[in-house]
Amino acid sequence: MLSRLSRLGLPTYAAIAHASLAPIVTHYSTAETDSFRVHEFSEKYFHHRKAQFTEKMTLIDPLHAPTIPIYRVTDSTGKFVDPSQDPNFDKEFAIDVYRKMSVLEQMDKILYDAQRQGRISFYMTNFGEEASHIGSAAALQDDDLIYAQYREAGVLLWRGFSLHDFINQCYGNAKDIGKGKQMPVHYGSLEHHFVAISSPLATQIPQAVGSAYAFKRVENGRIVVVYFGEGAASEGDAHAALNFASTLRCPVIFFCRNNGYAISTPTNEQYGGDGIAGRGPGYGIKTIRVDGNDFFAVYNATKLAREVALQNEPVLIEAMTYRIGHHSTSDDSTAYRSADEVKIWNKKEHPIARFRTYLIDKGWWKEGEEIEWQKNMRKEVLTAFSEAEKVQMLGPHEMFEDVYKTKPLNLIEQQKQLDEHLQHYAEHYPLERFGMMHQKD
Amino acid sequence: MRYMHHISETIDSICLGDRRFLRMPSLRTLKLGVQLVRQFHPSTKQLATFTFSASKADPSFGETTKMNLCQAVNNAMDIALKSDPSACLFGEDVAFGGVFRCSVGLQKKYGKDRVFNTPLCEQGIAGFGIGLAVAGATAIAEVQFADYIFPAFDQIVNEAAKYRYRSGGLFDCGKLTVRATWGAVGHGGLYHSQSPEGYFAHTPGLKIVIPRGPIQAKGLLLSCIRDDDPCLFFEPKMLYRTAVEEVPIGDYQLELSKAEAIRDGKDVTLVGWGTQLHILMEAAEIANEQFGASCEVIDLKTVLPWDVDTVAESVTKTGHLLVSHEAPVTCGFAAEIGTTIQERCFLNLEAPIMRVCGWDTPFPHVYEPFYLPTKWRVVDAIKKLSNF
Repeated sequence: MLSRLSRLGLPTYAAIAHASLAPIVTHYSTAETDSFRVHEFSEKYFHHRKAQFTEKMTLIDPLHAPTIPIYRVTDSTGKFVDPSQDPNFDKEFAIDVYRKMSVLEQMDKILYDAQRQGRISFYMTNFGEEASHIGSAAALQDDDLIYAQYREAGVLLWRGFSLHDFINQCYGNAKDIGKGKQMPVHYGSLEHHFVAISSPLATQIPQAVGSAYAFKRVENGRIVVVYFGEGAASEGDAHAALNFASTLRCPVIFFCRNNGYAISTPTNEQYGGDGIAGRGPGYGIKTIRVDGNDFFAVYNATKLAREVALQNEPVLIEAMTYRIGHHSTSDDSTAYRSADEVKIWNKKEHPIARFRTYLIDKGWWKEGEEIEWQKNMRKEVLTAFSEAEKVQMLGPHEMFEDVYKTKPLNLIEQQKQLDEHLQHYAEHYPLERFGMMHQKD
Repeated sequence: MRYMHHISETIDSICLGDRRFLRMPSLRTLKLGVQLVRQFHPSTKQLATFTFSASKADPSFGETTKMNLCQAVNNAMDIALKSDPSACLFGEDVAFGGVFRCSVGLQKKYGKDRVFNTPLCEQGIAGFGIGLAVAGATAIAEVQFADYIFPAFDQIVNEAAKYRYRSGGLFDCGKLTVRATWGAVGHGGLYHSQSPEGYFAHTPGLKIVIPRGPIQAKGLLLSCIRDDDPCLFFEPKMLYRTAVEEVPIGDYQLELSKAEAIRDGKDVTLVGWGTQLHILMEAAEIANEQFGASCEVIDLKTVLPWDVDTVAESVTKTGHLLVSHEAPVTCGFAAEIGTTIQERCFLNLEAPIMRVCGWDTPFPHVYEPFYLPTKWRVVDAIKKLSNF
């Protein structure tokens, strides 16, 4: 494992352990009587990793081991630190990246305000994490299957999910492809290979492993990418998934967005180890930690991870970032963190600003263009928004659809009961907003 | 060598002399299997609590052979794996044949990529199975005991059951079937005896199926595996080896959400599922002999969505309903049946609906004979119903 992981250019947990054990390993026993056990442990227990004895009693102290370093390509000013790591994007691609990141930001601003005005019931912004979404999505094949948590709208946006699709979902109107069943931001698209989001955290992680296993069996050249936050990584399902992916050798990338908070809970109350990346090697999973605000680092790491995954080896990426916005529209984050902290990330360390500096340095974008672009983009989002607002909801019969493939008798009966009730009490229900009452029998 | 012979004999007798089941990977795994089979194999003494009533298969299903319930399950999975190249069977210890020997021989026949062990983690097994199904593969997941399905409760209730609904039909995990051993076994104590169907019956989107014998086990399991909705298939472990009958050898399915009257009667309707059906059959016989009550016995087979019409028709005729299950009485599925039938058959009912179930306690070890809804408790209830 040591050598396989160091191919990623990373010191591994094993290497770190070795470093802290340096005085010990010189004492390991070579007695002939040990050879059976050393062989058994190496082969059967550690899967061909070398076992050894030591006569020195030492506890491995993770607090004194170095942390896994954060891979970056550009610095805070958008300049390449090591030019060999420049993926050399062409102008068209780079501008597309920039536009997608800023459309996401603009859509977030408008929908956040819309929730504040009571026009949609709920919203979650992506502020500060735009580079990790678009950077990873751009490095994938467009039909790689995505399982997301809820703060990855940029992945869908990159794949061409339209502003109308996003906003219709948030309204739950008749044009929502999810048919108004879920809360806002629970997007899903078969066309864009993006599995419908659900609220229970981390449940998607072992599911992604199962889908990856199915892909491996049919050898379709696709992989699965599953996104989750550092808080969700504490769920039992995250453990299940990493372990299953490792033992069943699945072509899956685990992409953890470590943004410092799970609602109000800071990471020091979330875990005691070296972040999420620190866990990967313990599961026998190739791991990298990246600067999540550096588009290039996320892009490069995901590209490499995809190549590894295609060899039926899971990869864990931990993208270090910061949740600039509130957790959701139901949260006021000033109750648990300082405004100054947010301000620094928003002004000095912002992924979009960092990418813009790169574009300007290249001469591909001018400050003057920005104002015009912002204006047009805002108009586009607002148009989609006002259109979505005018669309009615599906009829209440839709509520009984898709529980099962075929509607069972009890649901047919219950739908009839609702109809009869509405015949007499219609005035007490918001039927005027539900246009297609009798679209289905 | 002698020891090996002894073990082979044990397996042999367990599997009714079918030598196909003797292909074992190693002595160690063989021993493990035998130990576990012995641990939860009902002894002759415990068998005295009920007698298996064999069924006759539909003659249109063709040629039959003797199988116990364990072999019928194995046979169904064999057919499912043969007829569907996407199908995978996985769980804890399924590779060497399963601790109840239900998957014996299947890994050798279909390969390590289709029949394989998972790490010991039920939430992972369920989540992984959902993912396989979402990607279009047929997933047959095994949970070793229904008692250990609860770590997967979230994946089953919040995820599997709601997948199609919440995505507006864009995604589903209809090709998932979760199999789990189920019910009392004589000495299973708290965590090798449970009947958790009631918990799951409160979950729209799931199908829950429980067979009463080998013929139903094979036909219903094949239906579950091929159904377009996620299914929980509970296998009464008491019947694995004690229930033997002539099972069609070919590929056949039995309709889900369809109950079956397995004994005709005119005075009282008895409804149950799984092992309890055989208790009801015996009780019906005793009630008839002792005080001339004519009982109609209905095997519900599918707990969700259940066949209201068949039960209601019977109760309309008899005017009396008794529902019996091993699970505790409060909020057990009998409560749902009772309420629904009371709504549907109010004018036909001549007595209160009765429930004969497990007590509202955890499933005890040494007190099992007093915990179970025995045939004598059922007979007593039929007598009270008849005299109401």
